[in-house]
Amino acid sequence: MKSDSTAGPNRESPATREAVDRRDFLWEALKASLGVPIALCIVRVPELHGMQEEGDADVERIYGMGIDIRKCIGCGRCAQACKSENDVPDEPYFFNTWVERYVIRTDGEILVDSPNGGIDGFPPIEEEGSTLRTFFVPKLCNHCEEAPCVQVCPVGATFTTDDGAVLVDEEYCIGCGYCVQACPYGARWFDPVKHVARKCTFCYHRLARGKVPACVEVCPTSARLFGEVGHRANPLARFLRFNEIQVLKPHLNTKPKVFYANLDGEVR
Amino acid sequence: MQGYIYPNEFELRWGLLIVLYPYLTGLVAGAFILASLARVFNVKEVEPTYRLALLTALAFLIVAPLPLVAHLGHPERSYEIFLTPNRKSAMAMFGFVYAWYLMVVLLLEIWFDYRRDLVLTAREATGPRKWFYYTLTLGATDLSDRALQFDDRVGRWITIIGIPSAFLLHGYVGFIFGSVKANPWWSSVLMPVVFLFSAIVSGIALVMIIYLVATLFRSKKVDMGCADKLASFLFYAIVVDFSLEMLDFIHRLYEAEESIEILSQLIEGRLFVSLIVLQIVLGTLVPLISLGVVSPALSKRSIARIPAEVRRLIYLGCAILVQIGIFSIRWNVVIGGQLFSKSLRGLTAYKAELLGLEGLLVAGVLLVLPFLVLGVLVKILPPWPDTELPASPEA
Amino acid sequence: MPQQVTRLGIAFAVLAIVFVAVRQTLVPDTFGDAGHYRAAAVDSIEAQPLKYAGHEACTMCHRPIADKRSASNHSGVSCEVCHGPAAEHVAAPGNVRPRAPRERGFCPLCHGYNASRPSGFPQIDPVAHNPTVPCMTCHDPHAPEPPVIPGECRACHGQIASTKAVSHHAVLPCLTCHDAPEEHKATPRAVRPGKPSSRDFCGGCHAEGADSPPHIPGVDMATHGEDYLCWQCHYPHHPEAE
Repeated sequence: MKSDSTAGPNRESPATREAVDRRDFLWEALKASLGVPIALCIVRVPELHGMQEEGDADVERIYGMGIDIRKCIGCGRCAQACKSENDVPDEPYFFNTWVERYVIRTDGEILVDSPNGGIDGFPPIEEEGSTLRTFFVPKLCNHCEEAPCVQVCPVGATFTTDDGAVLVDEEYCIGCGYCVQACPYGARWFDPVKHVARKCTFCYHRLARGKVPACVEVCPTSARLFGEVGHRANPLARFLRFNEIQVLKPHLNTKPKVFYANLDGEVR
Repeated sequence: MQGYIYPNEFELRWGLLIVLYPYLTGLVAGAFILASLARVFNVKEVEPTYRLALLTALAFLIVAPLPLVAHLGHPERSYEIFLTPNRKSAMAMFGFVYAWYLMVVLLLEIWFDYRRDLVLTAREATGPRKWFYYTLTLGATDLSDRALQFDDRVGRWITIIGIPSAFLLHGYVGFIFGSVKANPWWSSVLMPVVFLFSAIVSGIALVMIIYLVATLFRSKKVDMGCADKLASFLFYAIVVDFSLEMLDFIHRLYEAEESIEILSQLIEGRLFVSLIVLQIVLGTLVPLISLGVVSPALSKRSIARIPAEVRRLIYLGCAILVQIGIFSIRWNVVIGGQLFSKSLRGLTAYKAELLGLEGLLVAGVLLVLPFLVLGVLVKILPPWPDTELPASPEA
Repeated sequence: MPQQVTRLGIAFAVLAIVFVAVRQTLVPDTFGDAGHYRAAAVDSIEAQPLKYAGHEACTMCHRPIADKRSASNHSGVSCEVCHGPAAEHVAAPGNVRPRAPRERGFCPLCHGYNASRPSGFPQIDPVAHNPTVPCMTCHDPHAPEPPVIPGECRACHGQIASTKAVSHHAVLPCLTCHDAPEEHKATPRAVRPGKPSSRDFCGGCHAEGADSPPHIPGVDMATHGEDYLCWQCHYPHHPEAE
């Protein structure tokens, strides 16, 4: 996956490019007028230029994941595999990925649970008769294009790679926990042993070896699939073409790269 | 735990230490703004508290970053915030705002204000003490009229720069919370403003407490003109602060966005004591009414005529209640913002422990520490005017 | 220039120089190479060891069994779903053997009945379905076509069956309304069962004046929701009408 180095087609449409430009312009105007500069003089200047070029560089690929809610059987193998693959402690109960069960009652009540992230299965629903609809929702880091966690990290210990994965530099993280607060999806957690913030990496070490993330590898019903956002032929591109797609909490404008098909409106 | 929370939310990442941080910085900003009243706006009555307020601000500013650093997972890496600050992070600028305020505003203002005293002390003293004070003067020992006038003029200008800086310091702390869009309890454009005015409230109340208590211990006469003026300012500040808080509250209720249900549950349950009882009733309404009736804030001779000794006690009581109220505000923001799930479907729980880094004991130490620092500062740089008020009956 | 200014100037200049010097030495080498982060961090994250080898690795040695699985209903189920993370086994096949779960608790992780699972996904009730016998006695996990064609619809359609079981239609067998060709049981997605295509079908019991017991509700078929098939409004597996 990593070995093919042909430059991919630029995935940004002219419209989004324009929007980005406008936002950058506003930032620049704000900076100039406030004179934030006292701090900026101290910050190395070349870095600033480097950052503005972001997104314009030759982007080869942008990773993303697709999840089909109608295929998920709630077996929790993804959560289990993730824990093994990424040395996530079994206890306390932190998860890079977990499965939620939604039960929507006929009276409008909505019950959600995720016992041990779904790894040990789900107990039977009480009073099954009063259930209007029920389904499973796998959750994980959305690797947002506009990631709030990256925005708030004070030292640059969490960052977005060229290929769109949001990662944590465990040797540089100061452990302030601001990213944990800023993530709208509860995807970040604080490692009680390493004392740094941790999260799903899209199994970046597996991608580097041409393999898919562990949760995708073990999903028995192909409810999860992995690929690239963009025009090149790949499983995710097809998934995005043939499904009505929803992302989580779109009103926050984080632009997630985990795409859901057949997602219920009650899911938050 | 109640309802559904995301699995990773069972641990509250920001505990008691982070409650202390905005509380302490708020006191800094508030005390400084009080000091600036005397200097820039020529409020003669509060003159006796000018230097005291400055030293109070400095003492609390020195302690303010300690809880922050202590709560980090890797405190030894905290210097990175100066090395590679992320311009887009609200928190990254903390180091710079703090440094600006400490070096450029507070230390400079204190230095210019005290330079004459420092030079005189250095001349009189002997041995290491002489060298200590000489070092503090940085070798600028010119006491000519022109030099002293220059001190005064620059000090005034620094205060003028200092006011927006104090606003920045604490408004910015509010922004750290107010800009978190993931959290509907925090995310509010009013947050920095509310933080700012609650800071002013807490700063005035703190200086009032320190002034009243210190005067008592030094067996001096309280300048009631000063105390009355402080009380009036405290009253006005509470009015503005409370109005802003209510505006925020009503705005949320009226808009009733998707988070309203869980936030209502939060206020009616987990936050009832700290928000309704401590923050609003005891910390705001009781002082507001007492000060309104007792102090000369609403009518020149105050609504109820009360002897000075009792008035003083009421002021002290109000100031202490206000401190409890403001501490509750910080608690309700920091802890309250983590007591509900971002899934908006459940409530988490926070249990303060006694021992341990995030425990009550450490928090207690960090609350006492600024007063010890202040004690040392007062020893080094006596804030009391040369001519104390004679023990004459007050006007 | 006043003495104060020069002295302060010196003090601030010293501080500034110290700050810049310290900063130059302490900022990590690769910081800022690719963005506002330590570029070397990406390398150390990429170096993290694998635990799951991926099904391609298994296929290289276990070709026949992989082919068998690929032709079965488990074609989408990767080897390590059941056998566990096998990267160590791939590195040292003789020393480390992957697990092969044989206990009855394992298969129901996917195939135990759970109302939230999509209908049509094969599910059994582990308590009632041949208790005490390991699943592998009858089902080959590498080719899990049922040895006996399911006699009951509920083997796959558990959610519907249990909903219907507590409804007014509990006594009606599925085949009363659905025609299910035999082929549907073996190739469920290729041959689909049918459902009633006319209003008269339901009217057989529910039309006013139909020859049915008095406790069965009846409607005037001429005026009651004439443009719709009955099941477009009612859910026959759990009819709402009391």
